[in-house]
Amino acid sequence: MKALAKPLALAMVLMAAALVWGLQLAGPGATPARAAAPLVADLSQHLVAITTGFTGTEVLLFGAIEGGGDVVVVVRGPNRRETVRRKTRLAGIWVNGAEMSFEGVPAFYWVGASRDLDAIIAGPVRLRHGIGADQLRFKTVGEKPVDLAQFRKALVRNKRRLGLYGREVGKVSFLGLRLFRTRVYFPANVPTGTYKVEVYLFRDGAVASAQTTPLIISKIGLGAEVYDFAHREAAIYGIIAIIIALSAGLLVGVLFRKI
Amino acid sequence: MQIYLPIAEMSVSVFLLLGLGGAVGFLSGLFGVGGGFLMTPLLIFIGVPPAVAVATEANQIVAASVSGVVAHWRRGNVDFRMGAVLLAGGLAGSGFGVWLYSLLRGIGQLDLVIALAYVVFLGIIGTLMLVESVRTTLRLRHGAGGRKLHQHIWLHGLPFKLRFRKSKLYISALLPLGVGFFVGILSAIMGVGGGFVMVPAMIYLLGMPTIVVVGTSLFQIIFVTANVTFLQAVTNQTVDVLLAVVLLTGGVIGAQIGSRYSGRLPAEHLRGLLALIVIAVCLKLVFDLVTVPDDLYFLGRPGVG
Repeated sequence: MKALAKPLALAMVLMAAALVWGLQLAGPGATPARAAAPLVADLSQHLVAITTGFTGTEVLLFGAIEGGGDVVVVVRGPNRRETVRRKTRLAGIWVNGAEMSFEGVPAFYWVGASRDLDAIIAGPVRLRHGIGADQLRFKTVGEKPVDLAQFRKALVRNKRRLGLYGREVGKVSFLGLRLFRTRVYFPANVPTGTYKVEVYLFRDGAVASAQTTPLIISKIGLGAEVYDFAHREAAIYGIIAIIIALSAGLLVGVLFRKI
Repeated sequence: MQIYLPIAEMSVSVFLLLGLGGAVGFLSGLFGVGGGFLMTPLLIFIGVPPAVAVATEANQIVAASVSGVVAHWRRGNVDFRMGAVLLAGGLAGSGFGVWLYSLLRGIGQLDLVIALAYVVFLGIIGTLMLVESVRTTLRLRHGAGGRKLHQHIWLHGLPFKLRFRKSKLYISALLPLGVGFFVGILSAIMGVGGGFVMVPAMIYLLGMPTIVVVGTSLFQIIFVTANVTFLQAVTNQTVDVLLAVVLLTGGVIGAQIGSRYSGRLPAEHLRGLLALIVIAVCLKLVFDLVTVPDDLYFLGRPGVG
């Protein structure tokens, strides 16, 4: 009997809750159910397809908040290992010198906010949530050189130059008091993988609500198949590459003989 | 119109690629050279990773050489026996070259070695061609003539002598083997057919008659570059078939136009012109190596030179 008591009690509570909820819905002037979610957001597309003609794309993020506050959006690419190399001068020419690897580096990183970030969140909170490219924590691999900070800065700087890390905080704009929207641009060289789109609702410097939506960026079509095939069946790919070249060469040889 | 290159992982204008292929094809038709030694640096200049540029060029040269060798074969200008010996050396050399390539890529110095190899070879060849061109022009003007016939040197006397009937030679097989091996390495690391090294070596070192030189070298180049393509695809996955096909299309058209113009200009002027182009590409590479980079730090995917 004792073993049964607990689930039974739980069931009773659940039933009571359902009853209250049902009454609320039925009652006149009841608050809508979505009041329970102060933040809802979605993307215009959940899949970015890199096709043969891909030149970069913009994804629209939109949503609504309940009860005011500030919205911060963070888009993170899949974590990767990155190597930063430093050029050194050797006998007048620039050669690759020291290198440093970092683990857990987002392949892509973008932040958008409805207001100046510093006005919304205090430093420690930003650090905890990793909001802002300068707040990211990378794990170092191997020995730490003396000038680790230089390498770390260079990593972010290079990512920015490639257009993979936002140069400045993007604008999240409000339409009225509740609806917001922002656009995230993914350049042509955007890395593939599963991205995380984090939407935060901040009130008085603290996270009031948060939502995470996945965004998949993948190669689709001929390009994707070629890439996959080249890595999966490398030997057959090599042979096909040779056959294409041989037949193209023969074709040309025969075609232009007549002219 | 942009096209996404699946292996190079970048988006490039298809017209830029067709234009590059066409321009280099035009030059190769005009001068009767392979063009790999111009195309690879140009691809690097437009941002294709050197590792991909080199491996893809090897693939494109297979096609270019096949179409060339057909014509020479028909005229009977291919010494298959000599070609086979060169090829044996070439296969070994290109195998070693691809191994070296992977090693350099692993330690992050591949880009540098590719650039340096180009500077050295383009520099030497450009200068030699320019000097030769100027000298011939002057000689023609002064009316002096005379050309040395091929001489026997001590290298020809090495062991393992073979008779090459078509080339009218009886020389040590080690010599063409060595030439083939060296050119094979260049092919793997620089993404060239190696004609610009092999043709002079065949004429001056082996003493082959000029008429069979081009056909025989093309014959060897087909198989060596095919071998490089295969090994690069297997070990490094850096052969971009799409890039190769687009370059090829431009190259074919360019080469046909180029070969039509080649009869209209005097040979010495042509050679001088090519020399200037080669030297210009070489200087650009030197410039890139010597000037202070915009950012001393750069990202490299692990294991990518």
